[in-house]
Amino acid sequence: MKNHYDVLIVGGGPGGALAAKTVAENGLSVCIVEKRPAIGVPVRCAEGIGEDLLHEFLEVDPKWISAKMESAKIVSPDGSEIKLTPKMAGSEVGYVLDRKVFDRDLVRQAANAGAEVYVKARVSDAIIQDGIVKGARIEYMGDTADVTAEVVIAADGVESKFARWCGIDTTVPMREIETCAQYIMTDIDIDPHETVFYVGNNISPEGYAWIFPKGDRMANVGIGISGKMSGDGHRARDYLDKFVETTFPKGKKIELILGGVSTCRPLKCTVADGLIIIGDAARVSDPITGGGIYNAMYTGRLAGEVASECIKKKNCSRAALMKYDTMWRNSKMGRALERNYHLKELFITLDDKKLNAILNSVKSINMAKFNTMTLISELIKHNPKAMLIKELAALKKLID
Amino acid sequence: MIKIRREVCGYCGACVSVCPNGALELIDAFLTVDNDNCTNCGICAKICPLGALEIEDEKPL
Repeated sequence: MKNHYDVLIVGGGPGGALAAKTVAENGLSVCIVEKRPAIGVPVRCAEGIGEDLLHEFLEVDPKWISAKMESAKIVSPDGSEIKLTPKMAGSEVGYVLDRKVFDRDLVRQAANAGAEVYVKARVSDAIIQDGIVKGARIEYMGDTADVTAEVVIAADGVESKFARWCGIDTTVPMREIETCAQYIMTDIDIDPHETVFYVGNNISPEGYAWIFPKGDRMANVGIGISGKMSGDGHRARDYLDKFVETTFPKGKKIELILGGVSTCRPLKCTVADGLIIIGDAARVSDPITGGGIYNAMYTGRLAGEVASECIKKKNCSRAALMKYDTMWRNSKMGRALERNYHLKELFITLDDKKLNAILNSVKSINMAKFNTMTLISELIKHNPKAMLIKELAALKKLID
Repeated sequence: MIKIRREVCGYCGACVSVCPNGALELIDAFLTVDNDNCTNCGICAKICPLGALEIEDEKPL
């Protein structure tokens, strides 16, 4: 490990990897430090991503994909179902990734582009001089080293400690952490090309349960609930066990996965002098779906571009790096985050009666595009009666 | 103070994200608490998906 890089990246997830690759391709020196001994493990993810979203960044390698999704199903609290299918029957709408393979391959690509990578290298503090982020203190192989950089990119995920050490409050409000538990289950009867979502306050208060297939008879089966609904005897794991007991009583659990997903608004500012914050660390996971892979990759790549440009111009001040913050906020992703935040705030107010009313009067929907907004507008279109529900009318406003 | 039940913890880091005082840290695969910064607010214990955190009363001197 050198004692100085143009860019130092804290965390080797998809966001950090895309940032590193982008900086390396700009001909600058870049180093990823990852506290875990391996990239991609332990997984803390349901692994779903939209088909169009993944293709935006990379040529998709088949070995990243556990299963291809062709449809989705939403199960309402009373058990009735809505089937969502794409306009083009049989076409793919999404993937369930194998994050262990995917994450490692992204870091490999960054390394091949010229990035240095250190695993089991733990950042224990920020180096700050005159209020400017100058680098990080790194514990590696029993030694502690101070590594400086023109720009540090905080890509340290949901924990988001590095930005905190730089004086930025990254605390997620209790009501806006989705506390999640998931099993990889096998020997279960599922449609291997369909994702299933369950909503309802008894199943998963202020969240949802999911079945994301990982192949024939195998799936990520998980649940997320709001932190404020969690407590002794009714934690995410308790809800999951109840769900699995009724849904797949004979299934076998071959892995237990835990995680927290923020559903709050993004950090008020995602840059400081010498610092850019990306992905889950910046709180840019989607508040309604909980999806974070695309947003991490998007902000990671953008952070890499802006950092490279600023370093070449020899100005890595907050004002110069602000270009990153402004660009993602004004992007399609940034606008979707703001809209989906409002959508989430509405969703959590719906009791089971209202959820049933909204989800019941349609059996199937043909989707031109597979995303939350298309679903909402289709629900409104198919549901003239449910428009009487004031919440749905409020949703319409978000779309118009 | 906060007691971490290491045998229960799934080292997911959810608790770290909600701690208002930055008193928790996930170091590789083990969770640590800085009891000097912990205010016993109990948020971490409430949201833990597994119930790995417990608030312990201060022992009388």
